Amino acid sequence: MSALGAAVEDGLTITRRNLVKVRRVPELIVFATLSPIMFVLLFRYVFGSAIPIEGISYAEFLLPGIFAQTIVFGSTITGASLAEDLQKGLIDRFRSLPMASSAVLVGRTVADLALNALSIVVMGVTGLVVGWRIRSSIGEALAGFALLLLLAYAMSWLMATVGLLVRAPEVVQQASFIVIFPLTFIANTFVPTNNFPAVLRWIADWNPVSAVVQAARELFGNTAPVLEASDVWSLQHPVLYTLLWSGVLLAVFIPLSVRIYRRTASR
Amino acid sequence: MHAIGKSVRELSVGPPTVRSMTDAIVVEGLVKRYGATTALDGVDLTVAEGSVLGLLGPNGAGKTTVVRILTTLLVADAGRAEVVGLDVQQDADRVRAAIGLTGQYAAVDEYLTGSENLEMVGRLYHLGKAEARRRAGELLERFDLADAANRPAKTYSGGMRRRLDIAASLINRPRVLFLDEPTTGLDPRSRLAMWEFIADLADGGTTILLTTQYLEEADRLADRMVVIDHGRVIARGTGDELKAQVGGQRLEFTVTNAAVLPDMVQRLRPLATDEPHVDEPGRRVSLPVSGGAEVLAEALRRLDGSAAEIVDAGLRRPDLDDVFLALTGRVTEETGEAGDEPVTAVGSAR
Repeated sequence: MSALGAAVEDGLTITRRNLVKVRRVPELIVFATLSPIMFVLLFRYVFGSAIPIEGISYAEFLLPGIFAQTIVFGSTITGASLAEDLQKGLIDRFRSLPMASSAVLVGRTVADLALNALSIVVMGVTGLVVGWRIRSSIGEALAGFALLLLLAYAMSWLMATVGLLVRAPEVVQQASFIVIFPLTFIANTFVPTNNFPAVLRWIADWNPVSAVVQAARELFGNTAPVLEASDVWSLQHPVLYTLLWSGVLLAVFIPLSVRIYRRTASR
Repeated sequence: MHAIGKSVRELSVGPPTVRSMTDAIVVEGLVKRYGATTALDGVDLTVAEGSVLGLLGPNGAGKTTVVRILTTLLVADAGRAEVVGLDVQQDADRVRAAIGLTGQYAAVDEYLTGSENLEMVGRLYHLGKAEARRRAGELLERFDLADAANRPAKTYSGGMRRRLDIAASLINRPRVLFLDEPTTGLDPRSRLAMWEFIADLADGGTTILLTTQYLEEADRLADRMVVIDHGRVIARGTGDELKAQVGGQRLEFTVTNAAVLPDMVQRLRPLATDEPHVDEPGRRVSLPVSGGAEVLAEALRRLDGSAAEIVDAGLRRPDLDDVFLALTGRVTEETGEAGDEPVTAVGSAR
């Protein structure tokens, strides 16, 4: 078996292991799907009642934003789960086996990608029920979903690095909350950014979350003339900007986290 | 309590046994530092193929660091470490294929069932699906886990988790097995069961390096022992050799009334090879002697007619707790005090 073939096989073995947990702990899947449903409903009816956006229903405006927020939050699971494996000594066991050193991280991020895909499906169905519509072609819509998942997958590798360094699942969760909340709110996620104060507007314009949301809106056809995006480059080329961010995150954090993994042992 | 001079301590740190062709583990001058802390300060040891080495030491002595370096989890700062003739750093993957590790935690995935855990490890050793399954079944049987094979490990008791953990480390039929405190936290019954499993493995020819804080455990399972403290080897040898370093046997009498102790010392002094030790609060006198049961009989004859009411009498030889106390100046934390086992009594740990 080639080294690459063995690495893929090891990664799949670990992916299966991580997905078994989802089957064994049904609460996990219930809450993982309930919370996106709750978010869609809350934002749609609470914010939606107060934020009229000319030319488009709030549900259509909201869904691409809430997809992005949920899956970016989903990446924290990657970090917290790895920290937990480390704490329980499982990483020691894996590292003592003649397996590919990328496998534990690949298996983790791929399993979390699957979970993210699942929550997008759940949110999408809920969205369709409350008035969200895809107004583009199937191809464009799929490209929109793929782009969202790509950025989430890249964020997973960032969080994998954090999880291996921080080593305490609760700390990973809480620390990332403090970063990810502003990251997903200082953006075009839930409200148009036109009236943001100048500094926040600047941050929002260059925030990759804004770009992926803008890209998704365009690919799903959830745009309106009034929502003319800022004329900054990032929002004029949201797909490219999102691809760039994802590429950079992956290029930096895949080798970095694998390197850290190779010398990590529980304490 | 024991008159152990520094000379003994130094004597005990001889060079490691001359390296033979059949050493499964060779460690030379191993150094590991964490910042300003030196975890290992030049450790040498060898483990002959097919033998069991007990690595003893208090918490923080460096036992786990040695295991982690030998199992490729940590990289040493200096020194050489070879397992089955392979350098643990240069040949890490081939070393990993030849060893099994059971760490301090029962490293099992609690959401997977017992058999899923073992099959996963089998797949990661690239055994192939059918072979991994067959091997898992075999080991579950052997470690009395067959009935629990399809239950998530979450539902297992502490003893069952440890057994599953050891089973996982045996999937690939390792030539060398590392057991880092395999019975810490187990109840006495599970501990005895674990000892039997480990003894069986050793009988089957597996080379084992075992760290433990339980001296009784090392005494029972290990062919040879290495005692480390503060990252240095402070003694090595067989259990008997270590005990001999601490000193020979002693006669001990415990009486109901401390007032008779001076008279007893008077009567027994001729039998003693060194100054008797009187423990008034404990109403106990102990004296170093040489010889066997006949010394005890002679002592009892000499006490005939004294006012002493003896509640306990025995000929005792030092156990590893005494060795440890003598070597490190500290008692082992698990036992609390250095207890002695009567040699003349029927073996207590069966």
